[in-house]
Amino acid sequence: MATFLGIDYPTLWFLIVGGLFSGYAILDGFDLGAGAWHLFFKKENSRRIALNAVGPVWDGNEVWLVIGGGALFAGFPVVYATMFSAMYIPFMLFLAFLIFRAVSIEFRSKEPMKWWRQMWDVSYSVSSIMLAFLLGVVLGNVLQGAAIGPDFEFQSSWLDFINPYAIMVGITTLALFMMHGAIYLLLKTEGRLFAKLTILLKRGIIFFIVAFAITTLYTLIYIPHLSDDFKRTPVLFIFPILAFLSIANLPRLASKRKYRQAFVFSSLTVGLLLALVAFELYPVLIISTVDPENSITVYNAASSEKSLGIMLTIAAIGGPLVAAYTFFVYKTFSGKVELDETSY
Amino acid sequence: MDVEILSRIQFAFTVSFHYIYPPLSIGLGLLMVIMEGMYLRTGDQVYEKMTRFWTKIFALTFGIGVATGIVMEFEFGTNWATYSRYVGDVFGSALAAEGIFAFALESGFLGILLFGWNRVSPRVHFLATIGVFFGSMFSAVWIVIANSWQQTPAGYHIVGEGIHARAEITDFWAMVFNPSSMDRLMHVWVGAFLAGAFLVLSVHAYYLLRNRYVELSKKAFKIALVVATVFSLAQLMTGHKSADGVAHHQPAKLAALEGHFDTLAPADMYILGWVDKEKQQVSGLKIPGGLSFLTHWDFNEPVTGLNAFPEDERPTALNAIFQFYHLMVAIGMLLIALTLFAAFQWWRGKLFQQRWLLWVFAFAVILPQIANQVGWFSAEMGRQPWVVYGLLRTSDALSKVVTANQVLFSLIMFTFIYALLFALFIYLLNKKIKHGPYEENMEDKRPHQREIADIFESNN
Repeated sequence: MATFLGIDYPTLWFLIVGGLFSGYAILDGFDLGAGAWHLFFKKENSRRIALNAVGPVWDGNEVWLVIGGGALFAGFPVVYATMFSAMYIPFMLFLAFLIFRAVSIEFRSKEPMKWWRQMWDVSYSVSSIMLAFLLGVVLGNVLQGAAIGPDFEFQSSWLDFINPYAIMVGITTLALFMMHGAIYLLLKTEGRLFAKLTILLKRGIIFFIVAFAITTLYTLIYIPHLSDDFKRTPVLFIFPILAFLSIANLPRLASKRKYRQAFVFSSLTVGLLLALVAFELYPVLIISTVDPENSITVYNAASSEKSLGIMLTIAAIGGPLVAAYTFFVYKTFSGKVELDETSY
Repeated sequence: MDVEILSRIQFAFTVSFHYIYPPLSIGLGLLMVIMEGMYLRTGDQVYEKMTRFWTKIFALTFGIGVATGIVMEFEFGTNWATYSRYVGDVFGSALAAEGIFAFALESGFLGILLFGWNRVSPRVHFLATIGVFFGSMFSAVWIVIANSWQQTPAGYHIVGEGIHARAEITDFWAMVFNPSSMDRLMHVWVGAFLAGAFLVLSVHAYYLLRNRYVELSKKAFKIALVVATVFSLAQLMTGHKSADGVAHHQPAKLAALEGHFDTLAPADMYILGWVDKEKQQVSGLKIPGGLSFLTHWDFNEPVTGLNAFPEDERPTALNAIFQFYHLMVAIGMLLIALTLFAAFQWWRGKLFQQRWLLWVFAFAVILPQIANQVGWFSAEMGRQPWVVYGLLRTSDALSKVVTANQVLFSLIMFTFIYALLFALFIYLLNKKIKHGPYEENMEDKRPHQREIADIFESNN
């Protein structure tokens, strides 16, 4: 089997797809988190500033999802086909909220009427909350596994996907993004809105830590197979330890008002938690609850070596380009939000 | 209704709605690059205002384009799971390239294009405009390549058998340059330029008729007219090349486009017509042997007809395919006539005196849109019953676990959302057009008032 830096292609693509989804979670995570807080801001000006904090970047952030989806389709077509068709309704709802979020940002400030703005504010905030929640629900179901038959087709009803564990992971994801989004907004705001956000962030951190603790206990007690890898290879404990340290660091940085560092650590937390999940799962992508033989793994779901190799070349050319202009865009819009005639 | 027809309706509906917007973005992108380039070259404020105005409309079309575009990417997995498994190995690399080369480029620079006017220098802003334009051009490249691969598969081999069969890539460049991809890409690009140019023509014709923003509108109208004339002529060539490709690689589709049944007879070309599928007859206005001439440069050379294919390998909606195709061709010809006539009036120095002509342009915006839509209808319906021509049938490509009720739910949901989106789009477009490129009270018909107004404006 072909390898690159000693890693076989399917594993490498597992890391790439994982990296893309982590990038999406870190970047769109703060947009969604900011959106989830939106209705907590009461003043028109505060809402506009909060909206314009994500204004120039949310669209570019959403592209990470498009690329991640494309990479999943290309690298692991079987996962793409099985998971998306099985979770038909959740994915359709996800699309609807994705559209509503985009439209709300785009249209909110186009009319001065109060009811118009209030309507889009609600739609923006609800969409952001539901998107974060649904992402968590999908993750929760991937962690638990699904009823996959021998032909890699899902065998049960989509209502299976609405279960306590998935809902708990959904809430935890929302909490994580809200904490992350509050820190991002703190970097982009001043004055009274800034002061208000310092209080909201404290609540956000408590919300996340409680939700995370419950989910962790739930996982350890009810889904023991997820910690098998850690029992076998104790060195992997480095990941949960790092994740816990990173989380523990957040209240400290928040009380010291070091928000720039806090943002680095909340991004790191998102990344580490997803890395933790990835290591727990690998090499399985979706565990079959019917028969472990039917589980979808990186090896039985991957595209051909040829195809993975071609895409590796594409990624090697495109990746640095994307990084370069993402950096440029963030640099152009760094600092506090200033509203001008081009703002939302 | 069964899952197949519902899924087809849903995909057709979502992709058609989506396809209102990307051609506008690509076409407006080209015009914005020209306008901003003129501004940098001449330093004339009019061009800057023009660019800023069209940037705002671009933002609107781009926003809806992105929001509705993700839907199709997801639908491959949700509604067409078997298709995704079958083509993922081949199709995936094109889709991945699309994401990384096109979408990231355009949405990365979009922030600067829209919000960066006061933050970066005019040159850097111009680069951002070009970046967004190239990004939108690239986005057409990969998706058209992927679709063309479905029309004329190349650079692959089939592994596995029966329900486990799937296509695996063997040669990336053969897949990229499959027999139809470049012809169809040109055709799509030019169609997009026309959509954008005719929107600009329409809005500025409207302003001229209302006697608003006259100086700016005349300049913008001329820029757009040059683009529209060049590309409506170019479309004739790309269209011919595409049809030629269909003749060689998808004979069943060509036969359906012209309603040609007889297996070995010279084929006619219709200007207008009606296909009777039962009687295997087309009645209408025709050029005898026209199709034979265009494919073989000989009026008497036979062209393979529909009857040469087994019953279950022919497209079924023959009359619809025929009508869509002919409507596209007719609109193409009309656009050539219209733009050439306007160019002739311009040459005579009477372009803006013909009010009726401006009225025609004000409404002609709909024509390239219709042509783009029906062109895709005939291309996709003409490929049936195959989703990948000759390899995978549409009826076999479905998700096996999705039920009709689920698809019905999402179809109704999309109908509502898109109706709302379309209403908002029209409302905001209208508002932006009514508002215009700058505050109108700045304009005054007395001599030198324009210059004074400009000084005031630049001081603000």
